[in-house]
Amino acid sequence: MRRLVKHAVRLMITLLLGGFLSATLVRLAPGYGAGEEDLDSRLSGESHAALRQARGREESLPRYYLRYLERLMHGDLGESLGTHESVRQLLADRFPETFATVTAGLAFAWTLGLGLALLAVASRCAVMQSAANLAAAVVICIPAAVLALLFVMARAPGRLAVGVIVFPKLYQYARNLLGRSFALPHVLTARAKGLTSLRILVWHVLPVSARPLLALAGVSVCTAFAAAIPVEVVCDLPGIGQLAWKAALSRDLGLLVNLTMLVTLIALAANAAADLLGQPTRTERS
Amino acid sequence: MKRIRTASILFLLAVALACGFADLIAPNGYARQYRDAPEAACSRQHWLGTDDLGRDRFARLLYGTRVSLTLAPAAALLSTLLAALIGGSAGFAGGWFATLVMSATDLVLSLPWFFLLITVRALLPLNVDPRASVALTFALLGCLGWAGAARVICADARSLRSSDMILLARASGIPPIRLLMRHLLPNLKPVLYAQFWISIPVFILAEANLGMLGLGVAEPLPSWGSLLRELESFTTGGAGPWQFAPLILLVATISCFHLAFEKEDQWA
Repeated sequence: MRRLVKHAVRLMITLLLGGFLSATLVRLAPGYGAGEEDLDSRLSGESHAALRQARGREESLPRYYLRYLERLMHGDLGESLGTHESVRQLLADRFPETFATVTAGLAFAWTLGLGLALLAVASRCAVMQSAANLAAAVVICIPAAVLALLFVMARAPGRLAVGVIVFPKLYQYARNLLGRSFALPHVLTARAKGLTSLRILVWHVLPVSARPLLALAGVSVCTAFAAAIPVEVVCDLPGIGQLAWKAALSRDLGLLVNLTMLVTLIALAANAAADLLGQPTRTERS
Repeated sequence: MKRIRTASILFLLAVALACGFADLIAPNGYARQYRDAPEAACSRQHWLGTDDLGRDRFARLLYGTRVSLTLAPAAALLSTLLAALIGGSAGFAGGWFATLVMSATDLVLSLPWFFLLITVRALLPLNVDPRASVALTFALLGCLGWAGAARVICADARSLRSSDMILLARASGIPPIRLLMRHLLPNLKPVLYAQFWISIPVFILAEANLGMLGLGVAEPLPSWGSLLRELESFTTGGAGPWQFAPLILLVATISCFHLAFEKEDQWA
């Protein structure tokens, strides 16, 4: 319960701080409140002043922040400068694509990373270990955007590129963790007693490694969302990663900070869920 | 392993030397256009051919590597210094200050750094000079990449703070500044060096990703990111295999950084 409250407070603080940062960035960004009408020489000084006031240019930062928070509470995330569409609508249109990309990528990364780590550690085969280590080492040295481009060239599904980008970190962590678990005294005893590899894995190794792997699952969500930007841009997938890139190119800060906040909240929620699911039960604690 | 490490360091030195003497190896520079030979294939005059604007690819590769290999360590130094300042002070002070600083660090760590990076990158003025753009890009990377290192440094500083050596120094009445400078910082050196070397390949890759998305170093200044953008022409056809040269050099350099400076696996 205490942890749940702690995570809820953390999410709240992030929302408030993120909101403040977003409002500050948008309010202080060069060109805030400027419009094409400002260049119209036919308008009088009073008209320009009235237009500026209507756009809220002369608002102070705290007032702007309070108005921003008020709008946020009502679910109004503002309007995109580039497309003049509602940010909320843009997110609703684009998020399902990114969700599908990240889910497919994570499923692929975990299958590949954990599978290879298990094979490398449990098989004790030097060739297998070297091959898996080499694959992870090569992939980790290639920029995510280039990996996505290689997927396009190979006409492979772009969503799997997210998985390949996340895979090496998962593999390396899981390999080290499983390696340590397999070297624990009770596992060595079980092996000496002649237990089968599957039984050792299921009954003696996985229960020890489950909690750190769960923590890794939370972190991998954040990595997958970060990987979604280059993948969606290069593979032309219409998700929020591509939207963020377009917003960066058109300097649409309002949209960008909302996207960053959304992904931060998702990452924090994933980490909190992993932490809450991974905490020891009352029986384990006693 | 020692041989591989030595070979990696030698390779990195060779690359650094080639980039250092880029003015001698490619005296015509990275921006000169051979307008009669755009998109030329490999030849004795242009070892890696020319790009679509007729610029010598080999010269651009040398100068681009120089940009990345000079500024990525500078960004790594900046992030390590920030991490040492934040993590070290939190670990050394302890108490509520450490809790507060580490909570803020955790919060920064949970931010999707690539989203944050392109947001801050979008704030930069459009009419910025290419040299300023490259410095700003790497300065941004340095300023945003401190959190992970700060956590490690804070944990080390905390364990040092409660060590017998520091307790004895405190009991002897050594002032806090002297304690920090003479006893804490020298003992944190190994972890600071490790964080510095680990950060370099991370920043090189981050710049390459930004460059591929058109948000990195401004033209005509080359960097690995802008050179890798040429690979996009492979999807439309009409590109030669020599265009993979920047990617091969990048992968080789990053691999050498990993092999030369990362510690060996504990479990193997």
